Amino acid sequence: MAYVAVSGGEEAIEASIRLLEYYRSGTDKDLDLEVIKEKMGLLVDRVMSEAGLYSKAYAALALKQCEGSSDEAVFLLRAYRSTLKRDYETLVADTEHMRIVRRISAAFKDIPGGQILGATYDYTHRLMNFALEKEDAQGLRDRMEQMIIEQTPVQPEPCTRVSEELKKEGLIDSYEENNGQPFDITQNLLEFPASRSARLQTLSRADTGFLSGLAYSVLRGFGQVHPTVGELRSGYVQLEVPYLEEEGESLWIGEIMLTEVEVFNEADDKEQLKLACGYGAVMGRNENKAIAMAVLDHELDTEGNYPAQNEEFVLLHGDSLEMNGFISHLKLPHYVTFQSKLDAVRKTRRKEHD
Amino acid sequence: MIDSYNYAFLDEGSKREIRRSILKAVAIPGYQVPFGSRELPIGRGWGTGGIQLTLSLIGPGDTLKVIDQGSDDSVNAVNIKKFVKMCTDVPCTIHTKDATIIQTRHRIPEVPMTNEQILVLQVPIPEPLRIVEPQEEVTKKMHAEMDYAPIWLQLYESLIKYGKITIGSEYPCMVEDRYIMNPSPIPKFDNPKLHNSQCLYLFGAGREKKIYAIPPHTKVVSLAFDDIPFEREDFAGKRCRLCGSTDTYLDEIFDSNTGERYYQCSDTSYCKEVRSR
Repeated sequence: MAYVAVSGGEEAIEASIRLLEYYRSGTDKDLDLEVIKEKMGLLVDRVMSEAGLYSKAYAALALKQCEGSSDEAVFLLRAYRSTLKRDYETLVADTEHMRIVRRISAAFKDIPGGQILGATYDYTHRLMNFALEKEDAQGLRDRMEQMIIEQTPVQPEPCTRVSEELKKEGLIDSYEENNGQPFDITQNLLEFPASRSARLQTLSRADTGFLSGLAYSVLRGFGQVHPTVGELRSGYVQLEVPYLEEEGESLWIGEIMLTEVEVFNEADDKEQLKLACGYGAVMGRNENKAIAMAVLDHELDTEGNYPAQNEEFVLLHGDSLEMNGFISHLKLPHYVTFQSKLDAVRKTRRKEHD
Repeated sequence: MIDSYNYAFLDEGSKREIRRSILKAVAIPGYQVPFGSRELPIGRGWGTGGIQLTLSLIGPGDTLKVIDQGSDDSVNAVNIKKFVKMCTDVPCTIHTKDATIIQTRHRIPEVPMTNEQILVLQVPIPEPLRIVEPQEEVTKKMHAEMDYAPIWLQLYESLIKYGKITIGSEYPCMVEDRYIMNPSPIPKFDNPKLHNSQCLYLFGAGREKKIYAIPPHTKVVSLAFDDIPFEREDFAGKRCRLCGSTDTYLDEIFDSNTGERYYQCSDTSYCKEVRSR
């Protein structure tokens, strides 16, 4: 009760926004959008994935606008998304024909199509590279482009998924292929028990940190055993929309980068020992999120009392916009409700003293 | 008004969809209608349910009033007004009787509202049974079966333990003898205003994606036992230091310099009106 009812809100807000602009101005150097887009690629990917809007240019703009806060950037993109009309829905995207830039399996050494290590920080030593403090950006870019030119291009082959072989053997049968109309979580209230399409959409848009923490809890003991990454692949997926003039024809509208993961677990099938599969797919190069998603997808199929096995717990608390919105609302005035609480406490105490 | 966005921000299809949900809510008073809540440039948890109701209803000819904690000047109210002004051409007012749509957080205005007006309430947690049952799947069934024993039990236990029902704001009500409803975090002081009112009350929960309504002349009863009546916050012997009212909800203000404690109306525009009479 230290301050009187907040008034003069309008001027205060304006001053606050000016101060934000001051913080954002930072230095006399401009933050080029191309630089954010091309040199902060993983941050851009994370923001696009949590926003559920694939646009590197807008993600970069959003990051510039909010001092690089990933949750603020997600917020900006989601709000912008609300204003856009949905004209088309793409056909089911085929990840088998993904133009793969990285593909690994922790389950099999030899997989049809082969493993491609691609670009990964996994095997780098995380030593601060002080040489980057003063880097010749132009020189670096030239060297890298020269390196690419010297390579001989290879025509990408479509790769069937590792799980395909196991499915043929009858070892995995958790889900039938389903290309029906998915539940749309952006236009409907999520209801429980949730359909698998609703579950996968929710997980795919969820906050990276939330999914990672939950999946970690599963691995540490608050869940089923240690899953095996059957396959992780990143690459470009082609998107098409139906061509309205001609039945059965479609139009290519572009490509997006996806990371797709399948994890294998032992399934508790009473009759026969089988494998179960968890699936993860996220926008961009966002590997830990995709793995965490796959772990949780499987965990939600498991009966039990751990947090990661509770559908409502997992699906309702991981949305960046929702969690950050509700947490930040605690900063709003609560004078009336607090007064009411105070009144209830005082009355009860009075009653007890009587 | 900024031209680069649609009138009232959302596209027309979204607004129509929200209005359809409102119609359903009006048809089944107290029932929580699910809807495809859209993301807004304002934070989830900051009144986005209410804002979506307002945006879907507002048009030329409307006059808007927005209050937070009873105050027109509170930061969140100012912010919401600024947003609606950005994407519509409607005038804003602080006078309750001049407004056609009033959006509010945590209060119902002191001036009784008329049949020409809609009060839009912002709701953080629409589910009144959430305090006794965390799972949505279960509470939905409880509503369907009118299985309200757990919440009655909660009230009873509170009586046994403390000798009083200790709920502050968000005191649950029974609507038309059918659905138990969360009136949003208004103080108990405001609950009776919901009963048999002249105006339409709309409740919007953006993050939880629910809309519900109390149409005019609806029976709304705050939960209570036959021998333990419902009790509002008590301001007996206190009065507003500015306008002298003794029949309004009062904010308690503590002067840290003098150590003095005094009270003033939470509904600031009502307080101003009384003073100018």
